[in-house]
Amino acid sequence: MKKRYSLLLGAAALALAPAAAMAERGSSGHLNIIYWQAPSTLNPYLSGGTKEVESASLILESMARFDQDGNMVPWLASEIPTIENGGVSEDLTSITWTIGDGITWSDGTPLTPADFIFTWQYCTHPEGGCAQASSYDGVTNVEAVGDNQVRVTFGAPTPFPYTAFVGSESPVIQAAQFADCLGARAPECTDANFGPIGTGPFVVDEFRPNDVIEMSANPNFRFPDRPYFATVTFKGGGDATAAARSVCETGEFDYAWNLQIDPTILAQMEAQGRCNVVTAFGTSVERLHLNQTNPDPALGDIRSTAEAGPHPFLTDPIVGQAMSMAIDRALITEIGYGAGGQPTCNVLPAPELYASTANDACLVQDIPGAIALLDGAGIVDTDGDGIREYNGIPLRVLYQTSTNAVRQDTQALIKQWWAEIGIDAELRNIDASVFFGGDPASPDTFQKFYADIEMYTNNFAGVDPQAYMANWACDEWPGPDTQWQGSNIQRFCMEEYDALIEELAGTADLQERGRIAREMNDMLVQSYSIIPLVHRGGVSAHAVTLEGILMSDWDSELWNIMDWRRAQ
Amino acid sequence: MLTYTIRRLILAIPTLLFISFIIFLIVKLSPSDPTAGLPLTIPPEVREQIRESLGVNDPVLVQYFKWLKLMVWDEPLHLIENATGWQVAPEGPRIISYQTRSPVMELIIQRLPQTLWVVGTSYIVGILIALPLGIISAYRQYSVFDQVGTFISMVGFSVPTFFTGVLFIVIFAVNLGWFPSVYDTTHEVTDWDSFVVQLKQIIMPVMVLGLYNASQISRYLRASMLDNLNQDYVRTARAKGLNERVVVLVHVLKNSMIPVVTVIALNVPAVFGGAIITEQVFKVNGIGQLLIIAIQSGDVPVVQTVSFIFAVLIVLFSLIADLLYGVLDPRIRYD
Repeated sequence: MKKRYSLLLGAAALALAPAAAMAERGSSGHLNIIYWQAPSTLNPYLSGGTKEVESASLILESMARFDQDGNMVPWLASEIPTIENGGVSEDLTSITWTIGDGITWSDGTPLTPADFIFTWQYCTHPEGGCAQASSYDGVTNVEAVGDNQVRVTFGAPTPFPYTAFVGSESPVIQAAQFADCLGARAPECTDANFGPIGTGPFVVDEFRPNDVIEMSANPNFRFPDRPYFATVTFKGGGDATAAARSVCETGEFDYAWNLQIDPTILAQMEAQGRCNVVTAFGTSVERLHLNQTNPDPALGDIRSTAEAGPHPFLTDPIVGQAMSMAIDRALITEIGYGAGGQPTCNVLPAPELYASTANDACLVQDIPGAIALLDGAGIVDTDGDGIREYNGIPLRVLYQTSTNAVRQDTQALIKQWWAEIGIDAELRNIDASVFFGGDPASPDTFQKFYADIEMYTNNFAGVDPQAYMANWACDEWPGPDTQWQGSNIQRFCMEEYDALIEELAGTADLQERGRIAREMNDMLVQSYSIIPLVHRGGVSAHAVTLEGILMSDWDSELWNIMDWRRAQ
Repeated sequence: MLTYTIRRLILAIPTLLFISFIIFLIVKLSPSDPTAGLPLTIPPEVREQIRESLGVNDPVLVQYFKWLKLMVWDEPLHLIENATGWQVAPEGPRIISYQTRSPVMELIIQRLPQTLWVVGTSYIVGILIALPLGIISAYRQYSVFDQVGTFISMVGFSVPTFFTGVLFIVIFAVNLGWFPSVYDTTHEVTDWDSFVVQLKQIIMPVMVLGLYNASQISRYLRASMLDNLNQDYVRTARAKGLNERVVVLVHVLKNSMIPVVTVIALNVPAVFGGAIITEQVFKVNGIGQLLIIAIQSGDVPVVQTVSFIFAVLIVLFSLIADLLYGVLDPRIRYD
């Protein structure tokens, strides 16, 4: 793990642009940001949406943030605690953060360990419905040590203790401001939720929910020369194309977020020379899940559960492997994702330490190879209808995903390729709010998986894959007994995999963790119960006059906004 | 007429209760989940806690009566307190939006001015264009003016605003650079210059909506004028030697306006409702945009409250239209 001091980071940023060395707070004037989904609140604990978390990250901060490469940067903390410097206990059950010197809230009062203790209580209150509660998973106590240290204690050894108070998802809120807002009273504190007092570079002047935020530089910010922008307008609403247009064509805005639009349109806009498109890759992977249980509608309520028994043919890795070989991932990426995607063969594509190279053969489409593979395994077309049979069962699959232009294009392409190798796919798309809605009464959720194959994107927050890779444990199958909650969507189960989950949870050495995680990735991918397609990144655009942007997908993409400035 | 008005108002109460219950059922029974829009990184048990804290899991009837009590009793008292400063508002819960966790009424109050500005202006502009268009089209039926007017109304009526809106943006904002493509809702008019800025940003949404309104009203007026122009009383007026201006603008227009006024009155609630699509295209933070974002994110209290207010306005303006009818046409009596 790399360690850097924020001063060093600042120095590095300054070194990149010598002109800015003379810059002072507010010297760059006004900044216009557009998010086509408008923030509903500025309290990220009450809404887990990206738009709320990122807009609040201008105001609220945490002990450490993640830079564009996924490295931790000390933010409110004076350094990153590790076992070597004594910040993390030898038994991995506690971490002690030291608050940097002289940090105050924007109202001038000092930041104290009491604020962190309060934040923990606020988010873990049973009636509060805190959206970021998982950041505090396993935390049994938060206490003050002296007057500038905060100790977080975990109930079990935690090899990666950088969850609470790290990243834009668990920032510290001011105890004095939110004291009366615990639990069920959280929604009554509208003024605090719409105008939180923070330690960050900006303070809220006006917040209009689902519309616009006006902000100005924090007069009590710890770096006297930053932020370089004096005021910020954070506008929300519209659609991604209109947001791109307002930066790249009309120049009304300086920064537009999440431009998942037709790559050729975006490239045309960029070619006009008013904006630069920037991307950042985190861990999002568009993938196919191959149902390992039998989703036959004839089975009624027990379909897609353990009771239904194994899938008639998708449990055979040969079938999945042929399906994977038939796909041209580069073409899917080019058509649907442009700069915002890279073909991938891994379900865990990043950070670099965890990215396996064992599966890279899938990057090249190989239809003859897929045909030979199926022929060799005796999975052939016996009745002459162009569709192969597996033990007499034709290879017909129901392939579902959420309604979204790019996904429907991808579905059409894949259907075509599978037809070439003798597999017939019936396509289906479901409205995203239903598909991802998790309503146990709906038959169409991705957890119920009443289909053979489904496609969507998943990722994990932060940089540590332990919790994410544990999604595929045998006891994580969704089913009626758990109200269909469960993260092992394709119903994968392997004893060796479960053993690796245990091993990862007990290993602190980073290189060793990397090896285990890669092995888990390979085990999953080579079971062909999951077929990774595209490693997806965030795509944003900024005006060419804007400097200092280091887009990170590991944190809020506005994480270093205090260093942003207007070119001279 | 007073008795009639009172009787209609009393009848409105069961109607509105019925409407509110139906809206509630439609919204509740549709497959929507306030946590569906959250990133997949938020685990299911946290989602369940969020739903629990929002009260989504209460029985449907309990949720409905909670909402109804707040809507007809607590919220009006809060409105009175806001308007007058009297301390009449009860302590305790209000109708809370799932998305913002703030009172729904405050969201509506915050957004009403933008909607009235943009949609209201476009309505007035639409009427101002429609009147001369309808009159001349009817008076000179099948003339070039009528043909062109009919063509424009047909285009205005049949081409959706999400197309005209984006077309206007591409022409006037992107290519010509005359007007902004994003409505600045924080802009305040304080002097001449800021008024010009306001005019520039309002002109595109107003024209897009105005075209649509003008098309609709001018067609009604034209048809109604044509009916009247062939009546005996018009021939009589001409025979008496009245000039054409008086015949058309006084005798014919006055009689032709009766159905048109009804149409105009019945459409007023739509002004408060905002223009969902147009507000979204130009990023005007009005009521329409509030409603569509709420629908997308499964924010039941907002959808329910805004739809109910629409229902109240529609019932109210239907009554006003009926009463206006009586005022304009002496033959109609309600007692």
